[in-house]
Amino acid sequence: MHPLPIDDAVVDECRALAGDIAAGVQRFIDAHTTVSIERTVLRAYGIDGADAEGVPLVNTCVDRYLAAGRIGHGIAWWLGRALARGAASPQEAAEALAYGGDADDGTGGPSKAEVLAALAPHTAAAISRIDQARDKRAADRTRLGTGPRPWKYVIVATGNIYDDADQARAAAQAGADIIAVIRSTAQSLIDYVPYGATTEGFGGTWATQENFKIVRRALDDEQEKLGRYLMQVNYSSGLCMPEIALLGAVERLDMLLNDAMYGILFRDINPRRTLCDQYFSRRVIARAGIIINTGEDNYLTTADAVEKAHTVIASQFINEAFARRAGLPDELMGLGHAFEIDKSIEDSFLMEMAQAQLVRQIFPKHPIKWMPATKHKSGDVFWSHRVDGLFDLVGVATNQSIELLGMMTESIHTPLLQDRFVALKGADYVFNAARHLSEEIMWDPNGRIVARAKQVLGEARDQLREVKAEGMFAAVARGAFADVKRPETGGRGLVGVVEKAKDYVNPILDALEGKGS
Amino acid sequence: MTKPAPEIIRAYGDRKNDGRIQLSFTLPVAPSGRAKEAARRFAEQLGLKNVLVATTEKAGTNFSFFVVYGNADIALDFSEIVVPEVTVPEWGFKEINHIIHDQIARKVVVVGACTGSDAHTVGIDAILNMKGYAGDKGLEAYPWFDAYNLGAQVDNAALLARAKELRADAVLVSQVMTQRDLHIENSQQLIELARKAGMRDLLFLLGGPRIDHKLARELGYDAGFGPGTKPSQVASYIVDTLVKRKQVTER
Repeated sequence: MHPLPIDDAVVDECRALAGDIAAGVQRFIDAHTTVSIERTVLRAYGIDGADAEGVPLVNTCVDRYLAAGRIGHGIAWWLGRALARGAASPQEAAEALAYGGDADDGTGGPSKAEVLAALAPHTAAAISRIDQARDKRAADRTRLGTGPRPWKYVIVATGNIYDDADQARAAAQAGADIIAVIRSTAQSLIDYVPYGATTEGFGGTWATQENFKIVRRALDDEQEKLGRYLMQVNYSSGLCMPEIALLGAVERLDMLLNDAMYGILFRDINPRRTLCDQYFSRRVIARAGIIINTGEDNYLTTADAVEKAHTVIASQFINEAFARRAGLPDELMGLGHAFEIDKSIEDSFLMEMAQAQLVRQIFPKHPIKWMPATKHKSGDVFWSHRVDGLFDLVGVATNQSIELLGMMTESIHTPLLQDRFVALKGADYVFNAARHLSEEIMWDPNGRIVARAKQVLGEARDQLREVKAEGMFAAVARGAFADVKRPETGGRGLVGVVEKAKDYVNPILDALEGKGS
Repeated sequence: MTKPAPEIIRAYGDRKNDGRIQLSFTLPVAPSGRAKEAARRFAEQLGLKNVLVATTEKAGTNFSFFVVYGNADIALDFSEIVVPEVTVPEWGFKEINHIIHDQIARKVVVVGACTGSDAHTVGIDAILNMKGYAGDKGLEAYPWFDAYNLGAQVDNAALLARAKELRADAVLVSQVMTQRDLHIENSQQLIELARKAGMRDLLFLLGGPRIDHKLARELGYDAGFGPGTKPSQVASYIVDTLVKRKQVTER
């Protein structure tokens, strides 16, 4: 692949600026915990179950200690005390925290050393559960192998997990490498993870541990028949971001959409809450060897894809910086971008090529996720199918890693089985026909594509300078991304953000950060 | 009223009135000669003649995808088809502001939201936000409009409460999600709530990719706007209706 002649010094500066921006936020993250982080700690310890109303036990526990003003010590502290006092298992300890007498006020023994000792074997078991799932995935992937890149990613969204599993199989049979089960629309805004298998959803299917298992089981079975490893995707985003990360980790998901910025901008989730949640979730994801997908592509659905192209690049640098701070290697960072320029603009294809190549080049090891047109599509499915053909061509010509296939029925309905088939067949044709095109392309240093790439990169650098100067929270409040303004203390979930006490205990986080035992 | 002259129409493929149409569909069987014959019979039972199964594709181990052509015998009298369409004056940005200034003499207040569980703000953003759509400025950009975009997943009751508080002239509802007719149920509920709250005299507008004026009217809205609607069309409709209403009350 011949690179675009861009100035590496500008790229280096962008990366340094993004690192500084993330460092500013990290100070806040390190000083705080959230209800969802604490629930994730309990889930890591294997706490399971829900009451008759469907409220998960982890919520009842954490909410009780939040109400008592004691969650700043970390739920693990209270769990460890119950264990040290003789609870037979973490599950029994959690039930005592949730339902037993008065909430523990922390008076009297056991000592801190006793609490940590009581937790230690369970912490080791929790980490081992994540590691075993990761190793199983790695073994299956190595044994079966994956399809050539760009990996073909499709979405199923029936609302019924059993239909989803059937559709996932059919999509894989038609050539898909990656299956995402779209979540029920409102799920990002609810502060608990629903329980069990579900058959009714809105615009998608509820993300639950049982639903993850059902789809993984179908893919495990199907991949043996097809002789090709199949990847499963869900959404570690919204108010339960870290909990879904943990469930995804133990249920062997391959990719998780995981991007605080998406929740802030498009779901109005409180910035503090979700940036804290993102850090912990990425620690889990890094340990689990899951690829994250970030949502920069969405910026171009609200902001103009020509004028605001640089905001995608700037945000990718910031997302990379946050991911690095959480221990994710570049190989797990599926940064997102999209083919969203107005199709009526002359040379829009050239601008798309410029941006796609620029992203590929700036983030060489990252499994970049290339997203299809959604905004400038129409009910004319034949025209939309042609748009997807050009999108596929950019995808293969610029060596994108993951391509979410465009659907000719975008803007009409959630994809029908045949819509996915037609998209897969079309992509197979384009990818095969242009397999080595990227090796043949040389960029005219004085041409339109190089000029566009340089311009976008320069603007991204300028934006990163601004964001660094004002700070990430202020930039988000000003509307620096996606033309959407989100104040630091606005949005959903702020009440679940708690300052850590001096003696905050979280052995799961310590282990994920490589600290302690 | 005299009945209009009949105007018989048929689908037009290669030649006038040949009735040639195409369709595509999937059957849950593996591709085979029998599968192809099943597709042909399927099309025949839809009433098509001279059926050509142009392709039988393997869309999965047990799924076949077909593209089929056939002649539809259906003839319609076009003169009998009546569809309520929104009549919107073709006013531009400046003209709309002038008309509000001259004839309403105060700012027109508009509140919009994606209601229910719908999280897709593309439509409401295109109409209300400064930037607008396809070069046509959004209502926020109009000096004589006060436009409030409440965003996504707004509860019907919350939308009405806000409309009351802001003394809104018009309420814009965007519904993108259409799975299992969710948009219909939720849209109707808003109108019922408005009636109960004595707020039905406000203008209620419904928009979305699967919305048209006919459906919106059936659901109890004043007007419906489908895909491709420009902000100036919505603005014109609101201003035109408010001015007409004002003339009626002043008479």
